[in-house]
Amino acid sequence: MNEMLRLEDLWLSLGGKEVLKGINFSMKYGEVNILFGPNGAGKTSLIMALMGFPKYKVDKGKIYFKGQDITEKDIHERARLGLGISFQRPPTVRGVTLRRFTELINNGKGKEEIMDIAERLHLKDHLDRGLNESFSGGEMKRSELFQLMIQRPDLVLIDEPESGVDLENIALVGDAINSLLGKDKVKDPKRGAVIITHTGYILDYVNADKGYIIFDGMLLCAGNPRDILAEIKRHGYRRCAICQ
Amino acid sequence: MSISKAYLSEIIEKAEQAKEKKATLGPDIDLSRYKQHIVRGKLESLEGLSKQEREASILAGIDIKEETRAGSYMQVDHSVVYERLNKVYEGKLEIMSTNEALQRYDWLEDYYWKSVRVDQDKYTAQAELNMTHGYFIRVFPNQKLDYPVQACLLIAENYVSQNVHNLIIVEEGAELQVITGCTLSKSDAEGIHIGISEFYVKKGGKLSFTMVHNWSDNFHVRPRTGVVIEEDGMFINNYVLLKPVKSIQAFPVAYIRGENASAKFNTVVYGLKDSYIDLGSRIVFEVQNTRGESTARVIAGDESIIYSRGDLIAKTKEHCIAHLDCRGILFSNKGRIYAIPQLISDGASKAELSHEASIGPIAEEQVEYLMSRGVSREDAVSLITSGFLNLDIPYLPEFIDRNIKEVIKATAKESM
Repeated sequence: MNEMLRLEDLWLSLGGKEVLKGINFSMKYGEVNILFGPNGAGKTSLIMALMGFPKYKVDKGKIYFKGQDITEKDIHERARLGLGISFQRPPTVRGVTLRRFTELINNGKGKEEIMDIAERLHLKDHLDRGLNESFSGGEMKRSELFQLMIQRPDLVLIDEPESGVDLENIALVGDAINSLLGKDKVKDPKRGAVIITHTGYILDYVNADKGYIIFDGMLLCAGNPRDILAEIKRHGYRRCAICQ
Repeated sequence: MSISKAYLSEIIEKAEQAKEKKATLGPDIDLSRYKQHIVRGKLESLEGLSKQEREASILAGIDIKEETRAGSYMQVDHSVVYERLNKVYEGKLEIMSTNEALQRYDWLEDYYWKSVRVDQDKYTAQAELNMTHGYFIRVFPNQKLDYPVQACLLIAENYVSQNVHNLIIVEEGAELQVITGCTLSKSDAEGIHIGISEFYVKKGGKLSFTMVHNWSDNFHVRPRTGVVIEEDGMFINNYVLLKPVKSIQAFPVAYIRGENASAKFNTVVYGLKDSYIDLGSRIVFEVQNTRGESTARVIAGDESIIYSRGDLIAKTKEHCIAHLDCRGILFSNKGRIYAIPQLISDGASKAELSHEASIGPIAEEQVEYLMSRGVSREDAVSLITSGFLNLDIPYLPEFIDRNIKEVIKATAKESM
């Protein structure tokens, strides 16, 4: 069994509005998939639904992860099965410090190891702040990846890792994603990712396998992510309307 | 030499006149219900307390073994059962019952009923007319203690009105931490605790005062507190209430009377059952270059009613700066929270006073965020609740902090 994630005819609504229309998608263990698409196309909705946020209502279809039907599973159950998410704009949780939270979700890591990872992501001075409290855009991204490196999911869903991050820090974010994928040492064939990007900067740091465009709630144009990015740069998403 | 008879007569007369005077805030209590007078014998050590009394004391932050305490004062009902000063600290401070101190020092006339008015209401009057001890703690000039002094005011019997008058004097350049636990050893006890507290922080002195209240469903509490802070002085007040209470009403006042002095109030309240909780803090800035901060975190569960008040009053014509931060979470559809911040600038054109107040539920977005890292809903709510109430209270010893977290964890689960 080589399939890590499969979506079957997934229809999704948000606040009563249809946002995904019959998505069929499959990815293997170890793959890195890139999602492109214009604003409001349904990219974030897709990964939020994969993680199980109830606001994103599955109207029809199934989600299978590691061979299990997780369509009805709770968020934390999915996380425990090995799904993880990096938010584009995570909420602020005052009073719950980054240190306390990462120690809680430590996944067998000791305090020293947590400190080492925090240092690597330049977050040592942020450990005693509330989650995302007064964090800059870049700090939020690094904090998200820091938490995921502690949590160590098998499939990581990353929403716009480069947004709000200055060029200097994109390499750091890229390194962290590679570490999550087990590619900083020996490639881990089990760990995969679905990454949403607008700019494609992250492709300079992460070795992606496939790219897709989501347009108007539908999955289009599977292919080489760099080719797709080049096409988007040349023509925008105008030609998607023809494709569909 | 004791304080003068003339002064005593004067305050008794004032108290007599205020015997029936209702308090401005909080439900009125019929004090005639609480007439029991209980006398207890002395103890050799805190280990001599009954099992129930020991457990109640520990829940209110008391270290029974006294290993990390500079000294201890223990009162049960109307008797002082234990006073001890760690030998290492002899000559640095003194601890005794307030009655004893009033007999010993005539100069206490300058402190006794000077920061709280004896005729404020029937409770202050009762505390004077039927005074049942209270602690007197005085740290000598420039003495700094490694460990806190602990005081426990415990009620063990029904229909008791425990009327204590506490006095703390931190002399010039001295530093003191006090942990006070007010508690019941019977979970169904009915009665009232009236606590007058007058604190004086002299020039360059520091007082960190932490009070943990551990009451029950049938118990009324009426503390009355006044604090005077002199030049370069610092006062920190931490108040924690995580158990049900029939009613509590308190509005401590800090008067900042010396330049570069500061006051800070931290209040943590978790309202349970049908508790009526009316708590606040008032800081009065009388001189320039002074600072104040008042932070309250309240949670109303069950059918509790919480008033969270805060007054910042600037009376200096020169600069002073203060901020009030009051936040509440309503855990129950039957609970109620009133957040009442008040800023008063009385001819103080250079005063910078600010406040923020908010009441809202635990944000579902936050709960789901934590759940996405593999934390269950129950644990996520507990974590957010305990984080909300965690003010990183300075000087709060780890064991109290841990105790509070356990209580929060247990009560948060009950409230879900």
